[in-house]
Amino acid sequence: MPSSYLWLIPLLPFTGFLINGTVGRKLPRAAVTGIALLFTAIPAVIVAYLWMIMKAAGAPELIQAVSAPWIAITGFQVNFAFTVDHLTLIMLSIITGVGFLIHLYSAGYMAHEEGYWRFFAYLNLFMFFMSVLVLSESFLLLFVGWEGVGLASYLLIGFYFKKDSAANAGKKAFIVNRIGDFGFLLAMFLLVTHFGTLSFTEVFTEITAHPEWHGGFLTAIALLLVVGATGKSAQIPLYVWLPDAMEGPTPVSALIHAATMVTAGIYMVARCHTLFDRSPYALGVVALIGAATALFAACIGMVQQDIKRVLAYSTVSQLGYMFLACGVGAYGAGIFHLMTHAFFKALLFLAAGSVIHALNGEQDMRKMGALRKRIPVTFWTMTMGVFAIAGLPPWAAFFSKDEILYRAFISDNPLGKLLWFVGLVTAGMTSFYMFRLWFKTFFGKSHVEEPAHDHSHDHGHAAHSHGVHESPWIMLFPLVVLAILSVIGGWVGVPAALGGHNEIEHFLEPVFSTGSPVAEIAGSNGLELTLAAVSVLTALLGLFVAYWLYVKNPGSSTAIARKARPVYKLLENKFYIDEIYQAVIVFPLTAGTRVLLSGIVDWGIVDGSGKLAGATTRGLSTLTRRVQSGNIRSYAGWLALGAAAVLAVMIFGHSLFMR
Amino acid sequence: MVPIAYYLVLAAILFSVGVAAFLIKRNIISVFMSIELMLNAVNLTFVAFAHMWHQVQGQIFVFFVMVVAAAEAAVGLAIIIAIFRTRQTLNVDQINLMKL
Repeated sequence: MPSSYLWLIPLLPFTGFLINGTVGRKLPRAAVTGIALLFTAIPAVIVAYLWMIMKAAGAPELIQAVSAPWIAITGFQVNFAFTVDHLTLIMLSIITGVGFLIHLYSAGYMAHEEGYWRFFAYLNLFMFFMSVLVLSESFLLLFVGWEGVGLASYLLIGFYFKKDSAANAGKKAFIVNRIGDFGFLLAMFLLVTHFGTLSFTEVFTEITAHPEWHGGFLTAIALLLVVGATGKSAQIPLYVWLPDAMEGPTPVSALIHAATMVTAGIYMVARCHTLFDRSPYALGVVALIGAATALFAACIGMVQQDIKRVLAYSTVSQLGYMFLACGVGAYGAGIFHLMTHAFFKALLFLAAGSVIHALNGEQDMRKMGALRKRIPVTFWTMTMGVFAIAGLPPWAAFFSKDEILYRAFISDNPLGKLLWFVGLVTAGMTSFYMFRLWFKTFFGKSHVEEPAHDHSHDHGHAAHSHGVHESPWIMLFPLVVLAILSVIGGWVGVPAALGGHNEIEHFLEPVFSTGSPVAEIAGSNGLELTLAAVSVLTALLGLFVAYWLYVKNPGSSTAIARKARPVYKLLENKFYIDEIYQAVIVFPLTAGTRVLLSGIVDWGIVDGSGKLAGATTRGLSTLTRRVQSGNIRSYAGWLALGAAAVLAVMIFGHSLFMR
Repeated sequence: MVPIAYYLVLAAILFSVGVAAFLIKRNIISVFMSIELMLNAVNLTFVAFAHMWHQVQGQIFVFFVMVVAAAEAAVGLAIIIAIFRTRQTLNVDQINLMKL
């Protein structure tokens, strides 16, 4: 039975984590690599097998594996249960497939790093929790995976823990995510009070059975879930951790901070679509957050100089797109974009890693240029990624992004047209900053500093500092596979207007049609084609502007930056959001803590009570120790006094106490 | 027949004199003598009560007390001599430490 295989998907990476985490230090590198790769490859095979089962005619749409109850008290039960439906299957394919490729890449990328075994142990741990997250059949088990991937992310961001910036970035990611988790927890408490269960099936069946439920507590739950999702998926206002997360090794950025974990928020919203569909208000909030984040992050991405940070802000922006899709009820389009984004963003990160590797750890694009001949494979694969994210046909993101824009345009959200316009502008900006990255890195004049001296850069490749070099094939192979996927990945979702029939959305329909009436799409092919043409033109405009600024007239970008100094400064400093958080939240919090908790509570009450007890004892002892003077006569005096007291009690005591 | 109260009052006076002397005197030998005085005051009450109740236990107790007092005098004097040798004084206020 397939249900018994489900357990293996999370269990195998966990075994890999246990082996590498405990004895990995003593194993040779080849063995560590072998274990890590094997225990991620087998789940990928199992997922492929699940595809076969679910694709087969008459196959179940839902594979369940329920074990013994996990938490069982009177009137409330949570099972330790896994299910696979079509949504889970897509997520699992991304996780195991892209995950395996990134493991492979890491074997080359991390080859010269210290703590090689630790890195792979963490990566396997991440794979374990991520598969638990998507396989889970209840909010609670999802939360376990949710927290677990957060932990793995924290460990991996802070992988270079000897560097302060890495350790701080890890802490920042962890703490910001705790804020989101607070919302998630509250949502679960509300679910327990209102439904008495945390099982997805039971909650959604209950909602479906009550068509009259709208808004109200459903909105409250949905909004709290959104708070959780904004934390994990790096949306406004909790996005600040993701750019800092780039302190981790590049494969981590690709796997966790682009392809899988950060999409957990979108997955969760899509999974809970029955709930969200009942609350137009919550959906509107999701759409607005998504659109705002997409635009906002794209603005910042346009002026970043660090190659990984451009990609980080791009991720935030693309996640905004997915939120936007969910917010207008186009969950299928959101998941579609999630999938294509996993391909091309993982590709872009890995290619960026390859560039960084080639330049011995250099991440500043101002010190790159003219690399296309020197690292050709990296160049061509990255080109595929850049064209894909820019939204040019027939690359993957063209289909997914256009689906989102189209669905936003025709949605019954009163702001639908505005959302579409924001999405369109963002698409243009995305195209611009990605081609800017492309031109700055691979074209123009070379600004590469040839390694005359030792590059003691943060990357740790200092040990083998030599000239620009192409990466080994173990790194290039995943790039090639992902590049192919970035080109053809979108073809599963060719819309009807272009002669396809959007297979992925039909595939997901069984998931997204349950519990809510399938909204009739009121658009037309003509409209869809027009919108597609507009967005392609916008992407080309972005390409042209980037070309004009960075190839045709190199240096003109600095001139513009100088002219629009305030705007440029604002963007370069990321709207000062970190500074604002620092001033508005962190500073009052730390100062308040220092005064209230440290000053009054800790020093005053905790220390104070201790000191008071000490002082009391000492005071009393100062009094009583005079008795023990060693002076015989004073002893005798006390003795006599005592005797007199005993005598007095014996004589008068009877009448006093025995009355 | 002299009433028992007379003996008891005399014993109390003797005991109080002993206590007072014990507390006031600085010379360790005087202190020692005041202890003997207190013991004798106690002995007097024992004998008085024994006589009153026509019982012999009180008389016997007096013997025990005398024996203890004699032993005490022997040991105590030896200690006093030892203290005087080491400290060159018999003032109790100056020998308020157990160690040297």
